[in-house]
Amino acid sequence: MESTINQEATVEQAVELGLRPEEFDMIKEILGRTPNFTETSIYSVMWSEHCSYKNSIHWLKQLPKDGPHMLVKAGEENAGLVDLGDGLGCVFKIESHNHPSALEPYQGAATGVGGINRDIFTMGARPVAQLNSLRFGSIEEDRTKWLVKGVVKGIGDYGNSFGIPIVGGEVFFDESYNQNPLVNAFSAGIMDPSKVISATSAGPGNPVYIVGSSTGKDGIAGAAFASKDITEESADDLPSVQVGDPFQEKLLLEATMELAETDAIVGMQDMGAAGITCSSCEMSAAGDNVGMDIWLDKVPTRQENMLPYEILLSESQERMLVVVKKGREQVVKDIFDKWDLHAEQIGVVTEGGRINYYMNDELVADVPAESLVLGGGAPVYIREYSEPAYYQEYKKFNINDVKQPEDLKEVAIHLLKHPNIASKRWVYEQYDSMVGTKTMTTNRPADAGIVNIKGSDKALAMTVDCNSRYVHADPHVGTAIAVSEAARNIVCSGGEPSAITNCLNFGNPYNPESYWQFVGAIKGMSEACEKFKTPVTGGNVSFYNQTVLDGKEEPVFPTPTIGMIGLVHDKSKVMSLDFKQKGDLIFILGETPEDIASSEYLASYHGVKASPAPHFDIEKEFQLQETVKGLIQNQMINAAHDVADGGLFIALTEMAMPNELGFDIVTDSEVREDAYLFGEAASRVVVTVNEDNEDAFIEYMMNSGTNFTLLGHVTKGKMVIDEEHYGFIQEAKDIYDNALGQHMEA
Amino acid sequence: MKFGVVTFPGSNCDQDMVYVLETILNQEVVQLWHKDTDLQGCDFIVLPGGFSYGDYLRSGAIAKLSPIMGEVIKHANNGGYVMGICNGFQILTESGLLEGALLHNNSQKFICKNVYLKPATNDSAITKDLDVNATYQIPIAHGEGRFYADEATIQKLEDNNQILFRYTSKGGDTTEEFNPNGSINNIAGITNEGRNVFGMMPHPERAADEALANEDGKAFFESILAHCK
Repeated sequence: MESTINQEATVEQAVELGLRPEEFDMIKEILGRTPNFTETSIYSVMWSEHCSYKNSIHWLKQLPKDGPHMLVKAGEENAGLVDLGDGLGCVFKIESHNHPSALEPYQGAATGVGGINRDIFTMGARPVAQLNSLRFGSIEEDRTKWLVKGVVKGIGDYGNSFGIPIVGGEVFFDESYNQNPLVNAFSAGIMDPSKVISATSAGPGNPVYIVGSSTGKDGIAGAAFASKDITEESADDLPSVQVGDPFQEKLLLEATMELAETDAIVGMQDMGAAGITCSSCEMSAAGDNVGMDIWLDKVPTRQENMLPYEILLSESQERMLVVVKKGREQVVKDIFDKWDLHAEQIGVVTEGGRINYYMNDELVADVPAESLVLGGGAPVYIREYSEPAYYQEYKKFNINDVKQPEDLKEVAIHLLKHPNIASKRWVYEQYDSMVGTKTMTTNRPADAGIVNIKGSDKALAMTVDCNSRYVHADPHVGTAIAVSEAARNIVCSGGEPSAITNCLNFGNPYNPESYWQFVGAIKGMSEACEKFKTPVTGGNVSFYNQTVLDGKEEPVFPTPTIGMIGLVHDKSKVMSLDFKQKGDLIFILGETPEDIASSEYLASYHGVKASPAPHFDIEKEFQLQETVKGLIQNQMINAAHDVADGGLFIALTEMAMPNELGFDIVTDSEVREDAYLFGEAASRVVVTVNEDNEDAFIEYMMNSGTNFTLLGHVTKGKMVIDEEHYGFIQEAKDIYDNALGQHMEA
Repeated sequence: MKFGVVTFPGSNCDQDMVYVLETILNQEVVQLWHKDTDLQGCDFIVLPGGFSYGDYLRSGAIAKLSPIMGEVIKHANNGGYVMGICNGFQILTESGLLEGALLHNNSQKFICKNVYLKPATNDSAITKDLDVNATYQIPIAHGEGRFYADEATIQKLEDNNQILFRYTSKGGDTTEEFNPNGSINNIAGITNEGRNVFGMMPHPERAADEALANEDGKAFFESILAHCK
């Protein structure tokens, strides 16, 4: 049989596959010959933005990576590992599935959930909770409703069956996401850190197994697809979207947990982007001078006559590559047999760093593993960036150009029913939030999701945050606020921030103004992560989030979603956000300047888009959080809730609704009332204090250095501001609870 | 009493049930595997929630064919206790151990939230110690939980006091407004004529741990422990 290894690919084919002409030259240099089509396909996916991070890695390396509790740092494994003490570690990560969800929202979102959970359990950690961060276009658009319904059902159907609760998240609507929604899925798992399964290979002669689902033609070259702009022709890429099977994933999880208890394996990696190619190359490159021989004809396939490059690049879900210790094959086989899963040997570890892919004994590709991977031979680009004109323009905003409305009650109602503020109940009731019987925030709502660590005094707090309107207005400040808000949410719920994972959703990196947003975000994130000692443990970058319609490029709001975990050392001190009883005193901690910049109020009530990020001072933020930690530790408050989207009025209403209590407060006559009630200046927290604790609380606050103001007290159900009646809490709750559903069903 | 909790492939509430029975209620629990054909002397079998075999067909339709179910059916027919929660309830109706069927929720959506239940009778081990005038806050989490049976069957269930629980308001109102899934007569759980097989869509095991600030479901298990001999 004549070998196809010598059939040379052309530069046109390479470009068609998404490579740049100069990258094709690089490949020729690496191989010392012209690659064939299969090899060119391999490089095209491995060097795609999605796998190689070629346009972002230069900046990602500048993020703080190390912290006192880091056991596995960013880039070392599939996800970061944080020490929780008592022999427990937490593995957590966030990832995007934006482009598939834009085309096929149900499967796109479902497979996003599958992928992120596989990242967690591949390392030997059992996922304990999930979060997600979703962004859609204008809710009035029919297409948006179709996307929301599909994405939510996709996340729900996959996660509910897989059986890991969703304990929090965010949903945001803005027209900048009209064609390109963002679907960011977060998962966290808990494990014994001594049992980490590495994504590595070693020991020439050791067998290589593929386990889990069969390989089909779904999702071929999905990584390359994720590295393109979304265009009107994108629907042609539909086969790039994979199909999820949560039942297979559940079986794979249980089998992996059993495998982690054995010493039969060398390493394991899940197959996400670029399937067999990526897992075999990355595992080999992670090892020491090892390669693999892979026999593609041994791979169980769904279709007959699949071509070598189709098998190599298939992104069929629920598959893993496992390097087994020679002689221990039966142990592995038995576990997978028990769970009725495939486990087929498809290759062997070899010496030297080359990967040889064979089809029916014919060599179809021969590549050095190192040359394909991030940190190895994959290209690294330093892109140009330039400040867009709007940035300085937004800074010219003056609050005095905005007239205070006469009826602030109307503003209050407007905000309560706005889809960005209103309850996300319509969404989260479609998710199983309680399976696992660990969710402590079902009956005691808090600013972060709290997961009980059974059999210990501890609990795990987690949150996802990013106000992309702020980031758009000022990437540096907006991203620092996102990290700060995440930390504030952890702190307000009784936790200590530990570490973050990020999902960086931006426009085209070749657009200097989009890239400027990316660079600003990295700098703001670094600053805040250093301040809060929350290293970045990993995550992903999703560029090309924009729409090209009629030739005009429209990037989405830059959205660096922050997923943060924190540790609650003493779970008896978890802090909830709901008002506890009539008569409790309401205080606001932090300063309230006359600021409405980038608020939901300014953007949606006044329709003003051009304003800078809200007021923010990282030193004051840090001090505020230290104060809140102390108040919780010393049990001086009985509720805490940060002031965020919608401002103080919405924060108070959210505290009042769970127990149907009200509030009676006075505002500050020095500050415009609309700014006081609806402004979104950062670094503020509302707390309530039992009257008996008032003296101790005030004494504590006087020594804290943090500004604090008595707003008023909790009432039986009436909402009163400056002696004006704002209605009863049941009315507000009715509006708040049902608004999103009414939008969706309209 | 010795409990047996069955794990089907796709079960995902099995460990939650084991935790409540073993750690919170200090009972002896055996974890049974769907391929087993021996109940290992268990007195009380629990079919937990989840998506057995993926539930890609009708929920519970494949699980009823698993090897262990032959033994569970024999056990029930001999008067042994069997309880199915959520997917377990679906498996019990598919197996014919309980009457009726669980259809897609009338909203056509999966629903997970706290609801209130009111015991409809004291005439069963699981409800004997419950207060029929009180309501219990218990979570639901299902896409196919709308209890359905033909009119004659419903009438028989009602006449025989085989309805265990109904969906209600916090105050005990059993109107349609408080029916989360469209179940006939707000039915949330039933028993068989022999009163040894119990099925319910809500999850009492999710409301039995003080760490989660809701222990309303613990009373259901305590009633079982007091009256299943």
